[in-house]
Amino acid sequence: MTDYLIRGAQLNGTDAADIVLREGVIAEIGTGLSHAGATVVDADGLIALPGLVDLHTHLREPGYEASETILTGSRAAAAGGFTTVFAMPNTSPVADTAGVVEQELALGEAAGYVQVQPIGAVTVGQKGERLAELGAMASSRARVRVFSDDGFCVFDPLIMRRALEYVKAFDGVVAQHAQDPRLTEGAQMNEGTVSAELGLAGWPAVAEESIIARDVLLAEHVGSRLHVCHLSTAGSVDIIRWAKKRGVNVTAEVTPHHLLLTEDLVRGYDARFKVNPPLRRDEDVQAVREGLADGTIDIVATDHAPHPAENKSCEWQAAANGMVGLESALRVVHAAMIETGLLTWTDVARVMSAAPARIGRLDDAGTALEVGAPASLTLYDPSPVRPFGAGDLHGLSGNSPYLGRELPGDVRWTFFRGAATVSDGVLAETMTAGAHA
Amino acid sequence: MRHLLDTKTLSRDDAIRILDVAEDMRDTQSREVKKLPTLRGKTVVNLFFEDSTRTRISFEAAAKRLSADVINFSAKGSSVSKGESLQDTAQTLQAMGADAVVIRHGASGAPHTLATSGWITAGVVNAGDGTHEHPTQALLDAFTIRKRHFGDASRGRDLAGLRITIVGDVLHSRVARSNVWLLTTLGAEVTLVAPPTLVPQDVSAWPVRILYDLDEAVAAKPDAIMMLRIQLERMNAAYFPTEREYSRRWGLDARRLKALPEGSIVMHPGPMNRGLEISADAADSPQSTVLEQVSNGVSVRMAALYLLLAGERA
Repeated sequence: MTDYLIRGAQLNGTDAADIVLREGVIAEIGTGLSHAGATVVDADGLIALPGLVDLHTHLREPGYEASETILTGSRAAAAGGFTTVFAMPNTSPVADTAGVVEQELALGEAAGYVQVQPIGAVTVGQKGERLAELGAMASSRARVRVFSDDGFCVFDPLIMRRALEYVKAFDGVVAQHAQDPRLTEGAQMNEGTVSAELGLAGWPAVAEESIIARDVLLAEHVGSRLHVCHLSTAGSVDIIRWAKKRGVNVTAEVTPHHLLLTEDLVRGYDARFKVNPPLRRDEDVQAVREGLADGTIDIVATDHAPHPAENKSCEWQAAANGMVGLESALRVVHAAMIETGLLTWTDVARVMSAAPARIGRLDDAGTALEVGAPASLTLYDPSPVRPFGAGDLHGLSGNSPYLGRELPGDVRWTFFRGAATVSDGVLAETMTAGAHA
Repeated sequence: MRHLLDTKTLSRDDAIRILDVAEDMRDTQSREVKKLPTLRGKTVVNLFFEDSTRTRISFEAAAKRLSADVINFSAKGSSVSKGESLQDTAQTLQAMGADAVVIRHGASGAPHTLATSGWITAGVVNAGDGTHEHPTQALLDAFTIRKRHFGDASRGRDLAGLRITIVGDVLHSRVARSNVWLLTTLGAEVTLVAPPTLVPQDVSAWPVRILYDLDEAVAAKPDAIMMLRIQLERMNAAYFPTEREYSRRWGLDARRLKALPEGSIVMHPGPMNRGLEISADAADSPQSTVLEQVSNGVSVRMAALYLLLAGERA
């Protein structure tokens, strides 16, 4: 495979150094390095970050291949600087058996752009009634450690308790989509002044916060590990902060869109801004930013949710929930957290790479930029500011809320285990199997 | 006027202009020949995704009295899941050469989506969208209040200082929302009376007073009291315990009717649930404007169509 000599990249945004990638690993880091036969990458002004890890994506395969496939989602991920993505199980069939998660793993390997790590469903068919064969998925070739009914809340408190307990057997974690279904029947947007004016049924903050409060208490009671998906309200941040102070083994994620966008965008009834949990108030955006900055929130995850045009180009109420986010995530975090001075690039490496890999118990992802580590990294140019456009999207669906919006930065290179998936801003046409040899 | 989508963004001057043109339209309706040639050759489509015979025939009468061609398109059950999409329907109407589309839709914001999507060049009139707005209803209500109050001296006037009380299911009411914005834009003081379950969770941005006690509102001697239709299925979702309790606490019965000042008017957008939110005494009293609202509705909708199709775009 091709070796690379990266010249003058700022490691996690700090000191510039040369990096040699040889045989899929980081072989050397230093100044004035040379390596005969290597392809030289001029990284002057570029920031080197460990390959990004996304704990929360929807790759839609099997079952919804008109929206996305594991191949197209992998390409979108690479374009955004990711080298590992976790795939949520709300496929058709639902990923609730060893067979489905192994199929997803194999499709990810065949695509070759990123590591695709399947997440298993907590309950059969994500119906919330009976536990799926969590152990079988854990023992399968896919080595599932994260379990979630994402899209649905594990609402039954007894089922949730049992799931939390059961996954301890293989160091698993339950990733909860916190949404009280009764309090959100027919919900269309955040409940508050804007929903009152627009006449859209409200999705109240309390429907998220009450489930999180219950779950952290359950996790404490049974001594289990809990992960909270896409936390979106100021109250949720307070509850997680309180739980961590008590020593509860809980982690939390926030999406890029909840770090940047507010419910005011719903006013035009443009369904690109319809998402679950919904866009919240400015106070909530400030609170989740602070929570991410002070470590209450552990990670950023995209909740990349592709939908075909006909599911968005319609009246608000008929539209599907969700936004694509892989290609824009790093640029949005740059705008929301770096430009505001709340995080450094070293922090970004933690919340978008190391921490999500640790939560998902992947040893060979989210590794630091150190000699001997897998050569999975991204080179990011922080200087340009340009509108996010359709040309930035590489998946099958165009439902990005950022189209036309100015965002800073640009992913120039992505390396996955030593192979360039993005070269000088250009996504590789294919990733041949040889890249893994 | 390009579209009429809501009253939230309607200025005082534009609202008064519509009401004044409606006065002109109303004058023509007392003539022997009611029909005007104004919109001859124009096509108005009534696109109704929800049944509403009253609103549809009011728009139909308005368009026909202005000599427009009217197409009634009943497309009950929209959305991606149930057959043709809004986009396909809109593009079909565009291909047929619609000049104006009057849309009634169960989804809040559907007229806005239609007007801003680029699917269609026709002017769009919102004839009621979900629980969002029903601007022509609010305009006909404002017209009715102004006419009762100022009679022949109505033209050019707003509703400054008038006190108007709206009673009932504010949460689900597009009529209430449109009236809140329009009546306050026109200078009226608006009070909403409802069970707390039927008020939106946060109305801090609304320029209104909220009361839970109808007797207190009646004692404040409003110039107009508007009763909203209550949907019986709300009872099953625990918004209120029983029909009887709702009627006792929030219905306009004979006793409350008597407590109203002589000059106050009793309004209802129809169709009424007699004996529930409004008693027969109140509905049929001389103070009731229920039928005036219906006839004023035609004049107001003529004005809206006229301003949309024969105004600056002509």
